[in-house]
Amino acid sequence: MAEPVATPPPAARTDRSPWNWLLVIPIVLPLLVPIYNHVAPRLNGFPLFYWLQLAFIFVGVATTTLVYRMTARPATPVDSAAPAAAPAAEDSDE
Amino acid sequence: MSDHITEIIVFAVLFLLVSGMGFVAARWRAPKDMAHLDEWGLGGRSFGGWITWFLIGGDLYTAYTFVAVPALIFGAGAAGFFAVPYTVVIYPMFFLVLIRLWSVSHRHGFVTPADFVRTRFGSPTLALLVAITGIVATMPYIALQLIGIESVLKTMGVTGDSMIARHLPIIIAFAILAAYTYQSGLRAPALIAFVKDTLIYIVIIVAVLYLPYKLGGWGSIFDAADKKFQASAAPGDGIILNANNQVQYITLAVGSALALFLYPHSITGILASKNRNVIKRNMSALPAYSLLLGLIALLGYMAISAGVKPLPGTKVGSLDSNTVVPLLFDQQFPSWFAGVAFAAIGIGALVPAAIMSIAAANLFTRNIYKEYIKPDATNAQEASVSKIASLVVKLGAVAFIVFLDPQFSIDLQLIGGVVILQTGPAVALGLYTRWMHRGALIAGWAAGMALALWMLWDIPNAATKRAHFGGSAFPLKDFGFDTPKTIYVGFVAVAVNLLVAVIVTVILRAAKTPDGIDGTTPDDYFADEGDARLEKSRVTPAAVTSST
Repeated sequence: MAEPVATPPPAARTDRSPWNWLLVIPIVLPLLVPIYNHVAPRLNGFPLFYWLQLAFIFVGVATTTLVYRMTARPATPVDSAAPAAAPAAEDSDE
Repeated sequence: MSDHITEIIVFAVLFLLVSGMGFVAARWRAPKDMAHLDEWGLGGRSFGGWITWFLIGGDLYTAYTFVAVPALIFGAGAAGFFAVPYTVVIYPMFFLVLIRLWSVSHRHGFVTPADFVRTRFGSPTLALLVAITGIVATMPYIALQLIGIESVLKTMGVTGDSMIARHLPIIIAFAILAAYTYQSGLRAPALIAFVKDTLIYIVIIVAVLYLPYKLGGWGSIFDAADKKFQASAAPGDGIILNANNQVQYITLAVGSALALFLYPHSITGILASKNRNVIKRNMSALPAYSLLLGLIALLGYMAISAGVKPLPGTKVGSLDSNTVVPLLFDQQFPSWFAGVAFAAIGIGALVPAAIMSIAAANLFTRNIYKEYIKPDATNAQEASVSKIASLVVKLGAVAFIVFLDPQFSIDLQLIGGVVILQTGPAVALGLYTRWMHRGALIAGWAAGMALALWMLWDIPNAATKRAHFGGSAFPLKDFGFDTPKTIYVGFVAVAVNLLVAVIVTVILRAAKTPDGIDGTTPDDYFADEGDARLEKSRVTPAAVTSST
């Protein structure tokens, strides 16, 4: 999984991470028509076709959130050994 | 008209309020110098998570979508629900792609996808093709936003019968939009998006709680739809998919997802954000709009259950199914609330229309004007050319609606989605690999375009009795397969595009054809806020821009 390129400072950066593979789930799931192309079981009146596909939205949110959390870069590159508070900066807006 | 008076007043008040905001937006987060494309066209490249969420949400989920998707569900049932898988797969698919695009654009000051292609492949010609494809795909999309507004105005009865009376309200609305976009640039839709989306969320939450209660519950809504489709003669409809439209369903979902982030206006929204984390977080936050869209789609079934009859279309005997949702609100809610819903749709059209016109204007300025007309244009000149171009683009969109059959805009938008996909190999794959030859990308683009146009031309539509451009579902039997199944045109065309690009690359490499210079370095694709920019200096010297 190591990035082969070794560019000059500040150390070679990369977006690679095993966590990224989780993103495959919400891409593949909605394409498997046979698993949701049914009326039964109904949920609160919704045929399976509708409630299951709406549920996939939450699968998408969960996986992208997880991947973001696990791969978030510290606010400054690793080598600058910033104080421990660095990752918290990402949640502040404006 | 008088029975709609409350709706009209509520609509007009909200519309004017938002227009005022559009003008004030120029002073919101005001820059030192507005005469720069980064400011006018990208809002200073400084938007944080919340603004980006509203902006991109308002940009991707347009008023036309909110009107057309339920109309499709109303008419065809389950097939129209493709909008949900479409907007589920799109975010994980682009999660890693868009941050690379953002980084390289941040480093090099790119404003458009064509800027990237030019520097990456050293080919102004390929960049020009990407720019023209973008403009051609965007224009009818803007026109469709007008159709969204018109469906609301029609329901309120404010459109007359003569050509002028029918279009006057739209022309006024667009003139106001054009004026504040000219003045405030991307800041206008960014600020308005807050109001628009707040209204939409309120309206839809109320609608999906109240309407099922009023119509006897979700179960009976779906049952009513099922009954309608059982009774209809059309073979493709129903509340679930049948054996023949499943391939179309998923290829349309994937193809549309691939296309959406290739549209110039989506990329404008992405490039306006201030860093990579804003984009990544939005990939998990934007699906809130997908849920909204899924619920809006089901308004189509509620309309069936409530017995809504669409208003007549422009041609005698035709029906305008886009009026289904406005009519549902008109019939089921008190008129003041219907007015709010109509305003949400009307304002909802302004946000994407503004961003689209800005994106198209930027393409013209950067990849046609600066490239071919005035290479030494200053930043201020770029900004003023873009401002004027945005007016021309909107004028063009209004002309589409006033002088041509609206069906023509719908056809063009359908074509637009398919043609914008043809820029994918250069723009999206180009972010990952420089392996493909610029000449091969041009060849692939041409092959994909030609095939796409032929396929779309070949598709008839039984319901509207049209022999050509009847939809995007291509019957596989026309390829010689013995099957009634259909497939999404864009999917096939982009696959052929890629195949041609690969084959021609191998040939051109074997023939040692010059390949141009890659103006980017691997580290550019990981740059983040705080990393130095290569300010405005063209990385590729003019001398290396050869004929390709």
